[in-house]
Amino acid sequence: MPRNLSFKDTPEESRLFLNRIIAALVLILLLTSGLIVRLAYLQIAGHELYTTKAKENSIKFEPTVPSRGIIYDRRGSILAENTQTYSLEIIPEQTQNLDETLEKLKKLLAIPDEKIELFEKLRKRQKKFIGIPLLPNMTEEELAKFAVVRPFFRGVDVQVRQLRYYPYGDLAAHVVGYVGRINEAEMKELPIAEYRGSTFIGKLGIESSYEKELHGTTGYAEIETNVQGRPLKTIKEVNPISGANLHLTLDMALQKTAYDALEQYNGAVVAIEIETGGVLVFASRPGFDPNPFVIGISTPAYQALQSSPDQPLYNRALRGLYPPGSTIKPFMGLAGLEYNAVSAQQPMFCPGSYQLPNSPHRYRDWKKSGHGSVSLPEAITQSCDVYFYRLAGMLGIDHIHSFLQKFGFGEKTGIDLIGEKTGLLPSREWKMSKKNQQWFPGETVITGIGQGYHQVTPLQLAKATATLANFGKVVTPHLVSKISNGSADKLNNNYREATLPVKASNIKTVIAAMVNVVHSNRGTAKSISTGINYQIAGKTGTAQVINIKQNASYNEHQIDFKQRDHALFISFAPADNPKIAVAVIAENGGHGGSVAAPIAAKVIKQYLSDYQQ
Amino acid sequence: MKIETRREQFNSPSLIGRLLAKLHIDVPLFIVLLLISLLSFVILYSAGNKEIDLLIRQAFRVGLAFLLMGVLAHINPYQFKRYSALLFGLGVLLLIAVFIMGYTGKGATRWLDLGLFRFQPSEMLKITTPMMISWYLADHVLPPKPKQLLIAGVLILIPTLLIAKQPDLGTAVLVAASGAAVLFFAGLSWRFIIAIIAVISAIAPVIWNYALHDYQRARIITLLDPEADPLGKGYHIIQSKIAIGSGGIYGKGWLGSKQSELEFLPESSTDFIFAVFAEEFGLFGCLGLLTLYLLVIGRCLYIATQAQDTFSRLLAGSLSFTFFVYVFVNIGMVIGVLPVVGVPLPMISYGGTSIVTLLAGFGILMSIHTHKKFIPD
Repeated sequence: MPRNLSFKDTPEESRLFLNRIIAALVLILLLTSGLIVRLAYLQIAGHELYTTKAKENSIKFEPTVPSRGIIYDRRGSILAENTQTYSLEIIPEQTQNLDETLEKLKKLLAIPDEKIELFEKLRKRQKKFIGIPLLPNMTEEELAKFAVVRPFFRGVDVQVRQLRYYPYGDLAAHVVGYVGRINEAEMKELPIAEYRGSTFIGKLGIESSYEKELHGTTGYAEIETNVQGRPLKTIKEVNPISGANLHLTLDMALQKTAYDALEQYNGAVVAIEIETGGVLVFASRPGFDPNPFVIGISTPAYQALQSSPDQPLYNRALRGLYPPGSTIKPFMGLAGLEYNAVSAQQPMFCPGSYQLPNSPHRYRDWKKSGHGSVSLPEAITQSCDVYFYRLAGMLGIDHIHSFLQKFGFGEKTGIDLIGEKTGLLPSREWKMSKKNQQWFPGETVITGIGQGYHQVTPLQLAKATATLANFGKVVTPHLVSKISNGSADKLNNNYREATLPVKASNIKTVIAAMVNVVHSNRGTAKSISTGINYQIAGKTGTAQVINIKQNASYNEHQIDFKQRDHALFISFAPADNPKIAVAVIAENGGHGGSVAAPIAAKVIKQYLSDYQQ
Repeated sequence: MKIETRREQFNSPSLIGRLLAKLHIDVPLFIVLLLISLLSFVILYSAGNKEIDLLIRQAFRVGLAFLLMGVLAHINPYQFKRYSALLFGLGVLLLIAVFIMGYTGKGATRWLDLGLFRFQPSEMLKITTPMMISWYLADHVLPPKPKQLLIAGVLILIPTLLIAKQPDLGTAVLVAASGAAVLFFAGLSWRFIIAIIAVISAIAPVIWNYALHDYQRARIITLLDPEADPLGKGYHIIQSKIAIGSGGIYGKGWLGSKQSELEFLPESSTDFIFAVFAEEFGLFGCLGLLTLYLLVIGRCLYIATQAQDTFSRLLAGSLSFTFFVYVFVNIGMVIGVLPVVGVPLPMISYGGTSIVTLLAGFGILMSIHTHKKFIPD
C-alpha cells in the first residue's frame, strides 16, 4: 500500500479542524448578516425611491403624429397637400444581411447611389427596429418589380406614408415654401412634447411661418415598453388633432399670369388687394420645385440651385433689395406738396442736368436735351429727374426720410411671412451710425430719384402704392385670410393700420399725374393703355445696377445683360376706385415702361375681368 | 473483499430512506437541494419570460447534474484521493489547451470546442483544486509548515492565474478561494492569514495598474459609483438595485417582476436572477432563500466535521465554504456591494455548467458522508 493512500486521523487534528469549522461558520453568518442588512436597506429604506425609478423605466409615451393642415388659394385650389405615397422601407434588425439586401435592391430597382447614401445617413440616426425609407416615393413600375420578389426580402416592405406634395411646383415655391426633415438645430429649438414623432417641419414660406397652426396637436399612446423601447402593451391612447387648413389670399391663376409674364427676366411681381391688404400675387422668378426638398434633396441638386447665378432659392418679392428708381417720384412729389415746398402748378426748368452750387458734379436727366419747363404733375408723368433733384434739395434728407417712412419704406410691411427684409431708407442718423460719416447734400439729390442708398423690396413698393391708392389708409399685406380648425374658423381681419394725415387734394394731384403716366401721350408707360376700358395709375422706374462715370454715356446694347438697369413699375387700378395695386421688378429689364409695365397691365386686366363684373 | 459499512441511514425504517442510503444519498442535503432546484424553476419561469423551452432545457441539465451527483456519491472517497493529482494535472493541461486553441466568445477565451458541445475546463478546477490541495496536505502533519504552504500556494496560483488570464475573474476568484479554504481548514495560523491579507492590500494597487483588464477595472469603478455611467457600465447595477428595491418587503408576487419582463434588467435569468427573485418575493423571500442556502452550508459543514480522515475533512470543509463564497459573490454583486464578476447564483441561475460543478461537489460530500469507517488494508 503506498503511503500516500493511507488515512490518518489524530485527535489534535480533529480539534483544530473543528475550531476552523466554527470560525468558518461565524464568518459565514457575519457575511450573510451583511447581505441581509444591505437587502433591508434596499427593500425597506429604498423601496419608495426604487419603485419610482421602476415606473419611469417602463412607461413610454409613444407619439402619434397629426396630419398636417392643407393650404388653399383664394379659389380653393390646393397649394400643399398630403399625399399617400408608397415608401420602400427597411427594418435593419429584421434583415439577414443589410449590405447584401441593399446591394440586391439596388440592382433590382436601379436605385441611384445618392439614395443609398441618404438611407445610410438616416439609418445612423434611427433605432434598428424602425423602418427607414430607401425609396420614399415609389413609382408604379418599382412597386410592380418589388411585389414579385417581396417574399425573398426579409425586413423590407412597402409602407403607405403621408408625404407633403406641392402641385404647383415652382410657381409658388417661395411663398408656400416647403417642409423638410427636422434637423438637429431645429430639434433644439422645438417644444419637445409637441414634436415627438414628427419628422417634418416647415422650412420656408407659409409652411414655416404658420408651422404652429399647420402642425396640429400630437397625440400619444401610453405604452409599456422594454428596454429598447419596443412596445409591449398600450395603456392609454390620446388621438392627435390635425393641423389647421390655411386659406390664402393668393390667386394662383393670377400668380401664373404674373410669373409667366416675367418671361426671361428674373424678378418679382407683388399684387395687393387694396381694401384688405390681401396679397393676390407673390411671384418670384425663377422659382424652384419644392417637392424634392420634402424627401430630402440630393447634395448635387441642392448645390446646383445654390450656385445658380439666377438664385432660384431667393425670394425676390420678400427679400430682394432694389433701388426704387423713379417709382419713388410720386411719393417725393406728395412730400413736396405736403411740406409746401412746391405747388402743383409752379413750374421748374429742366435743362437736362443739375448742379449743386459750388460743385462741378453734374446730375444728369435721363433725357439729355431736358424736359424744359415742367410742373410737378408733368414731372411725374414724364419722369423728369431734374425736377426731383431740385425738390429733394428743397425738402432736405430729414423731411424725405420722415415722410417716406410713413409709407412703410425702411420698415417691414408686417406680412405674415418669416424672413422679410426691411430695406433701407437712408437718414443722417443711419449714415452716422453705420458709416460714421456726415450726410452730404449730393446724397439728398440722388435720393430724390430713388438712387443712392435707398433700397426697397417689391413688397414694400406694393404696400406703399396701395397706401397711396387708398388715400393714406394703411393696410398690412397678408397671405392667410382664414385658418380653419375643424369647426372653428379664424378669419384674419386684423389688417387695418392707421390712416396717414395726408391732404386728399394733394393725393388727387399725384394720382392724376400717375394716370397720365399710362394714359397721356407723354407718359412713360403709355403703351399699356390701349384696349382697356378703365384707367391705370402707374409710375415707371429704372434702377441703376452700375454707376455710370461722369461724361460717359449709358448704352444698353453695349453692356453686359447682367449690368443692365432693373425695370420697375408700380401701379393701381381702376384709378378712380382702386381695387388692386401691383409692383413689378424685372431685373436687368432696362426700361420700366417697356418691360415692367406690360406685366402689371396683364395682372390688372385679368384681375378686373375676374372679380369686377 | 466485501466490507460491511455502518451508515446512519441504514437503520432508517422508511423504504425511501433505505433506498437513498443504498444510493449513498444524504437525505437532508438532498431535500434542501431539491427544494432550491424547484424554486429555481419557479423563478426561471418568470425571469425567462414564461418560456417553457428554457425550462425544459434547464430541467435536462439539472437532471444530468443530479445524476452526476448520485454517481459521484457512489464512488468511494478513497478513489477521489487516489486520482486527485491526476485530475488536477489534467485540468491544468486543459487550461493550457484553452490558452493555445480555445474558443473565444464575448471577448474571453474560456472554452474548448469539442464538436458536440463546448467544455469549460475552468469549472473542473473548482473541484480539482481543493482536491489537489487536500491531497497534498493530508499526508503531512497539520497545521502545514511554511514549505508546504509555499508549494500549496503555487499549486493554487497556477490554475488561478491561467483562468484570470482568459479572462474570467469570477471563476479565478472562486478557484483561489476553494484552494485557500483548504489551507484555512488545515489550520493555517491566524498570524499568517493576517499577514497575507496585509500583503494583498499592499500589492492591490500594483494589481490594479498592471494585472487587471480595462473592463475589470471599469467594473470596480462602476461598483463605487454606478450613477456615473447609467447607460453604460453602471447599467447592470442600477437596474438590479431598482428591481430589488421596488420589490420591497413582500415583493410584487410571482410573475410580478416588471424589470425583467420589460427587459430592463440584463441577464435576468442568469447572473442577475437574484434581482428578479428579490423583486417578486421581497425581503421575506430573500431571507427564505438565504435560509435554504445556510441549511445547505450547515449540513455540508456538519458532514465535514463527521468526516473521518484528513483528506475528506479538508475537501468537505473547502467545498462547503466555497459554496458559500458562490452565494456571497453573486448576491453581493447583484445588490451592489461587490464588483460585477460573472458568477451565477448557485443552483438557481439558468445554465448547465455551474449546476453540474456544484452538484458534483455535493456528490463528493455525500460520498464522504456515506462511506465512513471504510479503511482499506
